[in-house]
Amino acid sequence: MKLELRGITKRFGTLLANDHIDVVVESGQIHCLLGENGAGKSTLMNVLYGLYEPSEGEILIDGKPVSFRGPGDAMAAGIGMVHQHFMLVPVFTVAENVALGAEPTKAAGFLNLDETRRRIREISDQYGFDVDPDALVEDLPVGVQQRVEIIKALVRNAKVLILDEPTAVLTPQETDELLDIMRQLKAGGTSIVFISHKLREVKEVSDTITVIRRGKVVGSAEPSASTTDLASMMVGRAVSLTLEKAPAKPQEKTFEVRDLTVIAHNGQHVVDGLSFDIARGEILAVAGVQGNGQTELTEAILGLQDRVSGSITLDGKELLGRSVKDVLKAGVGFVPEDRKVDGLVGTFSVAENLVLDLYDKPPYAKGISMSPARILENAKARIDEFDVRTPSAAAAAGTLSGGNQQKVVMARELSRPLRLFIASQPTRGVDVGSIEFLHRRIVAERDQGTPVMIISTELDEVMELADRIAVLYKGKLVGIVPAGTGRDVLGLMMAGIHPDEQAHPQPAASRPAPTSDAEGGDHV
Amino acid sequence: MSTTVSSRPGNPQPDNAAADTGAASISAKPVSWKTPVLLAAFGLIALVFFGLLGPNKTASFGISTGSDFFQLPALEVNAFGGGIVLSVLLLALAAYAVYLKTKGRPAPVWLTVTFIVLFVAAFLIWVVGGARTPSISLAGLIAGSVTLAVPLVFGSLSGVLCERVGVVNIAIEGQLLGGAFTAAIVATMTQNPFIGLAAAAVAGAVVSMVLALFSIKYLVNQIIVGVVLNVLVSGVTGFLFSTVMQEDKARYNSPPGLDIIQIPILSEVPIIGPILFRQSLVGYLMYVAVLVVWVGLFKTRWGLRVRAVGEHPQAADTLGINVNATRFWNVTLGGAVAGIGGSFFTLVAIDSFTKEISGGRGFIALAALIFGRWNPIGAFFAALLFGFADNLQSIVTIIGTPVPSQFMAMLPYLVTVLAVAGLVGRSRGPAASGIPYVKG
Repeated sequence: MKLELRGITKRFGTLLANDHIDVVVESGQIHCLLGENGAGKSTLMNVLYGLYEPSEGEILIDGKPVSFRGPGDAMAAGIGMVHQHFMLVPVFTVAENVALGAEPTKAAGFLNLDETRRRIREISDQYGFDVDPDALVEDLPVGVQQRVEIIKALVRNAKVLILDEPTAVLTPQETDELLDIMRQLKAGGTSIVFISHKLREVKEVSDTITVIRRGKVVGSAEPSASTTDLASMMVGRAVSLTLEKAPAKPQEKTFEVRDLTVIAHNGQHVVDGLSFDIARGEILAVAGVQGNGQTELTEAILGLQDRVSGSITLDGKELLGRSVKDVLKAGVGFVPEDRKVDGLVGTFSVAENLVLDLYDKPPYAKGISMSPARILENAKARIDEFDVRTPSAAAAAGTLSGGNQQKVVMARELSRPLRLFIASQPTRGVDVGSIEFLHRRIVAERDQGTPVMIISTELDEVMELADRIAVLYKGKLVGIVPAGTGRDVLGLMMAGIHPDEQAHPQPAASRPAPTSDAEGGDHV
Repeated sequence: MSTTVSSRPGNPQPDNAAADTGAASISAKPVSWKTPVLLAAFGLIALVFFGLLGPNKTASFGISTGSDFFQLPALEVNAFGGGIVLSVLLLALAAYAVYLKTKGRPAPVWLTVTFIVLFVAAFLIWVVGGARTPSISLAGLIAGSVTLAVPLVFGSLSGVLCERVGVVNIAIEGQLLGGAFTAAIVATMTQNPFIGLAAAAVAGAVVSMVLALFSIKYLVNQIIVGVVLNVLVSGVTGFLFSTVMQEDKARYNSPPGLDIIQIPILSEVPIIGPILFRQSLVGYLMYVAVLVVWVGLFKTRWGLRVRAVGEHPQAADTLGINVNATRFWNVTLGGAVAGIGGSFFTLVAIDSFTKEISGGRGFIALAALIFGRWNPIGAFFAALLFGFADNLQSIVTIIGTPVPSQFMAMLPYLVTVLAVAGLVGRSRGPAASGIPYVKG
C-alpha cells in the first residue's frame, strides 16, 4: 500500500504546526520522520490517523484521495498507530485491549474473546512476541505493552504502522528488539512510519529519512548520511555533537548517601538501599529507564518525599528530615525533571521565575517588601548570561520555548553559590542548540568544584556528561561504573544485570543480523 | 496507632531522630493497622456491651411468616450466653487479623465479612434480648431490609452506570426525587401506575441529561453540577407539591399503587419467599436490573467500551469509540434507572408524594456504590446492608429497647461511614471518573 501526504497543513489558532508537508511512504518501506521535539511530527501523524482534521492538504492511499473523520476510518483504511504514550487500558487484559473497538461478538453483543485470544497467539507466534492474552496490561513491562500495541494494529490488518517515538521508554536492549521487529514487519510487507529524534536508531533501520523542522519538510536523506549532517538538517545549523570537557579533577567527597530507602504509598520500595557519594568537581550521572526510582531519589534529597529512611549528608550535615527551604539554604541547586510542573510558574514573568527561591532574601527583599528593580536587574543579567531568548524579562515564562524555559530554570539554580547541583533530565524536550549550551554550563559548574548529579534516561547524555555512571534498576543501584563504559554493558545494567554477571554473553545482548527471520530470543 | 502515618510532603520528619526511628519501623509492604485495630475495637465493644453487660433474657427470632406453607420454630437464644460466645468469636477473628498483620499480610475479605455477620448477630441478640418484647421476626426484618434497599439499589446502579463511563453522579438524590414526584403525578392523572413508572424513568433521564450536557459538553465540574441539580430538583418538586399537589390531592397526588405480585408456591418458602417472590413490579425489576447491568458491563461489547471510556478515554478514542456520545447516553441511562428507583417511594412504599420523600437516600446509594467497589453486584449487597440498618432501626424502636431511639436512628448513617471509611480499604474507582474528555 502506498501512502501519500500531499500539502498537509495544520493550524492551531495562529500556530502553524504543519506547513504544506509532502511525504510519500512506499509499500514495504521503513520511512523515518526525523525532527526535534515540537517540530510537528506527532501532529502530522495524528492528522494521518484521523485524530486531527488537516486545515489543508490531502491524504492519498494508492493514489486515491481519502478523508478520515476519526481513527476508525484510518484503521479501516489499513493505518495503525502506536502512540508515544500507550493507548492501553491498564486494568484490562491484553485480549480485552486488543479486542476493544473491533470486538468479535456472539449473538446479542456478547464478547467472543476466544477469537481474539486465538489471533493474539497467532501474531505472537509469528513474530516471537511472547505475549499472554490473559495478562493484565498494568502488570506487563513497558516493552511488552508496546508489543500489545503493535498486535492491536496488526489484528486490524494494518498495512501502514506508525510508531511515534517508540524507543523513548525502552532500554537499549529492548530498543534493539524493537528494531528487529520492525525489520520483520517490513519483510512481511508492512510499511512503517518511524518517528524519532534519535539518530543512531534512525540510521540503523530506516530506508528513507524525511527531516522536519518547525512544521516544514526541510529535506530528505539516506540512512548512510553522517550523524552530524542529519543533526545539522534537524536543527538548521551546524552543531557539534560531542562535548569538549576536560578530565574531572575530583577533590574531597562532600555529598554522601547511605542506605537511602523511599517507600511509595502503595508500599513499594521505589528507592531501595542506595549508597553512593559524589566528590567536589565530578559529575555522577544516574542512568536508568524511566520509573526506576530516579524521581523519588531526587525528591528525597530535596525533602519532598515523606517516607524516607537512611542518611543524606552534605558537607557533613544531615539533609534528611529538613524542610525544602533548609535544604536549598544548605546550597543545593535543583533542576526538576518536569520544568512546567516543578520548575517554573508559567504565568509568572521570567524575572519573577528567576528569583523563586530568593525572593524573600536580600537584595531582592527588605522586610516584607520586595524590590522589583533589583529583581529586574538580576533578570537582565541572567538573560544575557544564559542567552535566554525572550521578548522581555516581563514575559510570562510559560510562553517561552522548551529550551529557553530550561535555561531560565538552570539560570536560577546556578545563580547562587552551590554546594551540590542536581539536574534531572536537564535537556528533555530541549532543542539541540540549547542542549549544547546547557551541557557546557553543567561542566562549568563542575569545574568550579561543585559536586554534580545528573539524572537522565538518555544514554547518550549520560555517556557524554558523566565522570562516573550509576545505574538504577527498580530502585536499586546496579552498580557504579567509570565513564567510557560501553553502551552494551550500560544497557544490560539498565535491565538489572550487573557487569559481573555479564561474563557469559547472553543471546539478548548480541545484536541479531538484520535479515534473521522469526527471531524468538530472550525478551527482557 | 499506625507506623504508616507520617507528615505531609514538603514538610518531612520534624528532626533526624524521628527520621531514624521511622526508618526502623517501615515494613516491607506496609499493611495498614486500620483493619486489625478496628476489628479488635469492635470485638471489645461486643464483649463488654453484648456479652458482659448483656441482658440475661431469652431473645426469640421468628423465622417463618404466617403465610408460609410450612412453619419453622422460632430461634431462641439466651442473650447473655449468646453475646459471650459471639464476642469471643469476634475477638478470635480480630486476633487472627492482628497475627496476619504481624506477618505483613492483609486481612482477607472472608474474615471481614464473617466479622460483620457475627457482629450484627451479636448486636441483634443484645438489642432484642433487652427489649420490652424480646421477640422479632427475622424473616420480616430481612424482607423489610430488601424493601428499604430497593431505591438504594437503583440509585447505586445509576452511579455504577455513570462512574463506569467516567462521569461522577452526585445527582442520584435528585434523580430519585424527580422519579418519585413524576411517578406520583403521572400515575394519578392517568390512573395507571405503569405509565407512572415509565414517566419516572423519563424524569430521571431528563435530570441526568442536564448533568451530562453540562459536564460533558460544557465541562462544568461534575460534582458542582450534581449538587446544584439536587437542590434544583428538590426546589422544583417542593414548589409544585405545595402549589399544585396540595391544592387538589385527589387529582394530582393519589397515585394507584403497584401491587405486590406473589409467585405461587415459591413465595411461601420460608425466608427466601418473602425476599425474592413477594415483591412489587419495581422489586422484581431491581433483581433484573442488577443482573442485566452486571452481565452488560462485564460480558458484552457495550460494557467493554463503557469501561474503556471510563478508564482511559483517549485509548477508546484512538480505537474509534465516540467517547462523549458513549458518556452522554450512559449517563442518561443511569438517570432512567434511578428514576425507576424513585417511583418506588410513591408507587409502592407510600401512596402519595411528600416533600423530600427520598430523604438523602441518593447519597447513601453513592456510598453503596463505593462500598460495592463500582460493581453492580457489590453495590447490591452494600445497599442491602444499608437497608438492613435502616429497617433494624425502625423495628428495634418499635419493640422498645433500652437504647434511645435517636441513637438507633443514627444506625444507617453510622454503618455507612464505617463501611466506606473503615472496611472498604483503598478501593480503586474507574481511572477517568470525574475527568472531562477533551480531544487533543
